[in-house]
Amino acid sequence: MKLVAKAGEVPGQPASRSLRFPARPGRWLQSIGPVAVLVVLALAFQLASHNFLSPGNLAAIAEAVAVPVILATGLSFVILLGAIDLSLEGVMATSSMTVALLAANNVNGHHWGIWAIVAALGVGVVFGAFNGVLNTYFRMPSLIVTLGSWFIGLGIASVLFPSQVPGIRDPIVLGLASTQFAGLSLIVFIAVAVLAIFHLVLNYTHLGRMIYAVGGGEATLVATGLRVPLFKLAAFMISGFLAALAGLLLSAQLGDGNADIGNGLLFPAVSACVLGGTLLSGGRGGAIQSAIGAVILEVLNNGLIQIGAGPYVRNIISGAVIVTVVAISGLHLRRKLRIVK
Amino acid sequence: MTNLLEVRSVGKTFGRVVALEPIDLSLRQGEVLGLVGQNGSGKSTLLKIMAGLVQPGQGEMLLRDKLVRLNSPAEATMHGIGMVHQEQSLVPNLTVAENIFLDKPNAAKRHGLYRWRRLFEAAERQLKKIEVDIDPRAIVEDLRFAERQQVELAKVLAIEDLVDHPPIILFDEPTSVLTQGEIVQLFRQIDRLRQTAAIVFVSHRLDEILSICDRAVVMTDGRKVAEHPTADIDRDSLYRLMVGRQRATHGPRVSVSGSPASTEKPRLEVENLSSANHVRGVGLSVAPGEILGMLGVQSSGAEELCRAIFGAEDEMTGVIRLNGRETDVASPASAVRQGIGYLPANRHLEGLLKGRTLVENMVLTSGLDYGHGGIVINRAAERKAATTWIERLKVKTRSSDARIDELSGGNQQKVVLGKWLMSRRLQLLLLDHPTRGLDPGARDDLFDAVRDEVAKGLAVIFVADTIGEVLDFSDRIVVMRDGAISAQYDLNRGDAPSEEDLVRAMV
Repeated sequence: MKLVAKAGEVPGQPASRSLRFPARPGRWLQSIGPVAVLVVLALAFQLASHNFLSPGNLAAIAEAVAVPVILATGLSFVILLGAIDLSLEGVMATSSMTVALLAANNVNGHHWGIWAIVAALGVGVVFGAFNGVLNTYFRMPSLIVTLGSWFIGLGIASVLFPSQVPGIRDPIVLGLASTQFAGLSLIVFIAVAVLAIFHLVLNYTHLGRMIYAVGGGEATLVATGLRVPLFKLAAFMISGFLAALAGLLLSAQLGDGNADIGNGLLFPAVSACVLGGTLLSGGRGGAIQSAIGAVILEVLNNGLIQIGAGPYVRNIISGAVIVTVVAISGLHLRRKLRIVK
Repeated sequence: MTNLLEVRSVGKTFGRVVALEPIDLSLRQGEVLGLVGQNGSGKSTLLKIMAGLVQPGQGEMLLRDKLVRLNSPAEATMHGIGMVHQEQSLVPNLTVAENIFLDKPNAAKRHGLYRWRRLFEAAERQLKKIEVDIDPRAIVEDLRFAERQQVELAKVLAIEDLVDHPPIILFDEPTSVLTQGEIVQLFRQIDRLRQTAAIVFVSHRLDEILSICDRAVVMTDGRKVAEHPTADIDRDSLYRLMVGRQRATHGPRVSVSGSPASTEKPRLEVENLSSANHVRGVGLSVAPGEILGMLGVQSSGAEELCRAIFGAEDEMTGVIRLNGRETDVASPASAVRQGIGYLPANRHLEGLLKGRTLVENMVLTSGLDYGHGGIVINRAAERKAATTWIERLKVKTRSSDARIDELSGGNQQKVVLGKWLMSRRLQLLLLDHPTRGLDPGARDDLFDAVRDEVAKGLAVIFVADTIGEVLDFSDRIVVMRDGAISAQYDLNRGDAPSEEDLVRAMV
């Protein structure tokens, strides 16, 4: 052994020290890309329209982006697992009908007040639990399970739909949208709070870190004896809860219950996650990243309207930007022989 | 000395296959017990039972004279039993600190809340304990393989702080993926632990068993066939007990085709090759019918050179000539088209398709060689070729349609090798640590098959795990250090280096 002792003197190079802090959950490299895109877009639109960075327009963007941010935050939990939740629009529909029919309204005599809100959010948690149980305990692919519950949700909302559009009369519910602070509606502040809370959940709780871990190496966790199904279940329930919250807030904004309330919001939510650097294969990304993705999408939309682009051109440009940003921010992931799922 | 852990007639059957016949084993504090046996001899099963990964079909275990049932690895951890896995059990996207405390409670993550600073400090202490300089904040997937192995070690050794009795540490072939320097470091750790723990050490390298262990248990076909203090036994008798046959000696090397380099065009010439990873201006050549052995510590460039020749490295510069013609190996696909094969060091990730059968794995790369016009596959023909190779390589399997996951590591490696050998285009085979995790018997089978093909004109570059291996198997030896060649020896011309020469060239 004497001769190999010399080899032992070779100092093992330490791990890259550039990863000092924060090392979790993603690396700066991944998050800087989307932020840079955001800045460039904002400056470009400002140069083109001279109105883009005005306080009024920024407030409009904040209002428009609040609900997508909530949806993207919830969806991030499921995507971090390496799963997907397609049921957002269905959950939003059911939660919208629930709050509209249980709060004071113009079609029935219910007057649940705050409990109508609780019930609507509960609907989301139940949907999430349904998705989670089928996915974890019955081992069904999340894609199929949540595709099913999407339509179950839409169906329930349609069945609940009374003879006329249920208009919400409850001041508490309507107040969610109409209450203003500093020129912004309560919805914006709720979105910021949701983002902050769930960012902390992801990064400073056992549950959050285990959700990352499931996406990174589920087999290892199972072999370690950790209760992986519970983590997964919780992630689906959070996603369902936040989808229901989004449905509730949009209903408050509209002032009525609507089965179509979530129409077309699933795709932007998934895009937002991907844009922000949350990998669909799981384990990487985060709530903040996904929220940045949602903001990029809204900035694009708003800016293109400002410079007079039509809806079809907007679609083309938005799609192209999604692909480009993902391509650039993922460059370092595509080393040769590295597996990209 | 008292028995810390006692295994009493513990056995296990999977279906109708007896993996482990009832076995008795006792483990004393302050001792290192060596467990040797071929792949599939039951030692892995025994180890897994002791680690709580597998429930025994019969028998019982006593920890400090008290009966214990280990229903999960977590319970084993709480009882102070930890296992250093051969295949790493770290979660790649978490930090080093989180991984170290993944399976154990820590004050820094009580009540489901993480106190990162305290967690990092606790992890730092564990890493300091084993004298490694790894940032606890680093994400595991950013670390090199050897660094991850050290994290794995730190993770298991942290069990020390969990229990008030001496911990039991199980090492499942820890050295098969380490370089010489790291092995020395590991042995230092084991020596340190020897005082305060009981250790089970599994290795295929009999020298290691003899040097680090107090007692050796030999297993064959699920049974304990011998138990000796290592002081009373030597390498050859250990080998005989384990393999049940005489150790194959390859004697002085005889050159296969005279002096190949002078008479024939080299099969491969590399000039001034550099890559983004570690390879800096390397030039070498390999002749048909020649085995070029390469040695080097981790990130010396030996592995990376192989990958560069296979087109799997980024930002390559330099010239590669195959049979005298300059070629552009832009990707593994083009390398395969030109008849270059690569047996990766990490066969699980890059070598095989899990969940698929042996035949499916074999025909993956060159099944079309047996088809019609390179377009339409010929199932019967490729299947025949694959099964022929499965037999030639002595793959132990119940059927050639068994899933490859069912096989032991050595047999899996034979299938990965067979995948390349059955190619009709194969001109150059790159073997990157081919014997990792293989028992001596499987290793000999593997080398025999490669030698047969070399005799027919195949050229081989071979990155060795050990110095003994490279001396055994090569015609020429190239030692790499810091991305460049630091020494070359032509064994066929009597230029035989001593182990000291080789180590000096490596470091």
